Amino acid sequence: MNDDVWIIGTAMTPIRRHLDRDVLDLAVEASLGALDDAGMTMRDMQVMAVGSQFEPFTFGQQVQKQIGQTGIPLYNVHNACATGATAVRSVVMEIKAGEADMGLALGVEQMTAGSPPYRTKSSPIRRLFEPEGRDGHVLPTEGILGTGQMFGVFAQTGTDYARRHGGVGFEQFAKVAEKNHAHSTLNPLAQYQRPYSLEEIMHAEMLAYPNTLPMCCPTGDGGAALVLVSGAKFRTLDPDVRRRAVKVSAAVMTTDPYDASGFAQPNVNTLTRNAADQAYERAGVGPQDLDLVELHDCFATAELVHYDNLRLCEPGGAGEWIDRRGPWRDGEIPVNVSGGLISKGHPIGATGVANIYEVATHLRGEAGDRQVESARVGLTHVIGLGSACVVHILERAAT
Amino acid sequence: MPVVDYLELHDGPPHLVGNRCVGCGATYLERRNACANCGAREFTRVRLPETGRIESFTIVHRGVPKHVGPFISVLVHLDDGTYVKANLVGVPTDASMVELDVPVRVVTYPTGTDDDGTEAVAFGFTYDRTDGGATR
Repeated sequence: MNDDVWIIGTAMTPIRRHLDRDVLDLAVEASLGALDDAGMTMRDMQVMAVGSQFEPFTFGQQVQKQIGQTGIPLYNVHNACATGATAVRSVVMEIKAGEADMGLALGVEQMTAGSPPYRTKSSPIRRLFEPEGRDGHVLPTEGILGTGQMFGVFAQTGTDYARRHGGVGFEQFAKVAEKNHAHSTLNPLAQYQRPYSLEEIMHAEMLAYPNTLPMCCPTGDGGAALVLVSGAKFRTLDPDVRRRAVKVSAAVMTTDPYDASGFAQPNVNTLTRNAADQAYERAGVGPQDLDLVELHDCFATAELVHYDNLRLCEPGGAGEWIDRRGPWRDGEIPVNVSGGLISKGHPIGATGVANIYEVATHLRGEAGDRQVESARVGLTHVIGLGSACVVHILERAAT
Repeated sequence: MPVVDYLELHDGPPHLVGNRCVGCGATYLERRNACANCGAREFTRVRLPETGRIESFTIVHRGVPKHVGPFISVLVHLDDGTYVKANLVGVPTDASMVELDVPVRVVTYPTGTDDDGTEAVAFGFTYDRTDGGATR
């Protein structure tokens, strides 16, 4: 049995504050874009997975009601920031299981319009103290027992790395944001498209040391979708479709194994290392084979530690690697040439599909001004805090 | 009244208490159903050490409750191996003032009162300068 899975259609909306469009508009644009790109219709799809972290109930079915109700199985997926990638992997697994030979994976999020549920209301001070929850808290503990805010949690991930390894300080983290903002100037889909100087980044508003505002991903809206097919189906397709196809050489998902520190401060390292190692083994490639990487830079501190977790730099050498511009688009392994979440934007459910869109577009040689020359192999990585990690390795069709 | 139930204020000096797995010794601060490490379902309540070391920190300026102000969030590795997140207190909110891997000790302070006048008591950590060599 040949269990290859191929991407034959991709699409992504620009990431913006789409105040004049609803989430279905974004979902439809991405879905129909991917189907059109593949030369397929909903009638050809045998399975669908729809990732959105914040849309309630049977959101995927609402998308079907706009683009085609054909009665196929559908998975509504949410897995924090790994939501989109989990939707992709769900379709990959259906195809590998032989249940479908073609499917649609969609990730979408609208975070700026309406009154999104992700904005948690601050709890009013209780009139009478009464223990609540599994920790018996009598007050909201944010700011009293440390922080659970994302930019703070990932800041601590960074200062922990800096404690364990030399050559990492505020400046190295800021350089990550300098790189990603420079990269996005070439990406018309990115939410931000202007360069930031290192000095400007380091003097910007501090949200949680060492992450200043331009070192943190913005809130935005967007969608991305993929059409995936089995190897058997792939071989029956038109040569023009096959020529542009991208092979999914590994689709790996991990969760965090038990770690005594993980209940107090999530460990985003171990599950990323586990996923990367499994993905390299399954794809039969190593970090040295990668032409580009899109990794989960929700904050600059996160990107730096993942250089090490994904084995892109020498062990412990993430600071030295950014200092010598290893992850820049003209460096050893270009990382986040899209601008990454920091500059391209991070509509949560869309992110894990959008980074596959980016790598696939380079492997097809269709990335325009930001094209990484002769790209053959790429890796995508996302982390949903809590945690879930998904790593995909993609390869250009042999021509 | 402690701000969380794993802070014990009455049994000697203020300290934290945990739920220790009878199967593998993993220690948790919150109420548990079973052990994430070994799956055992029984726990014993244990007194945790008042001292440990800081492994990571951040200084939070955005999204901070008004009555709190910028604060230093730290991950503390207690001397028995248990981890806890809390604030580093009594230290200026300046990254150059935060030292990692040096001994810290639990301290408590009032953090508000309810309409009956009941006071909530929080815990944090501060540098343990009595534990020789901590003043580098």
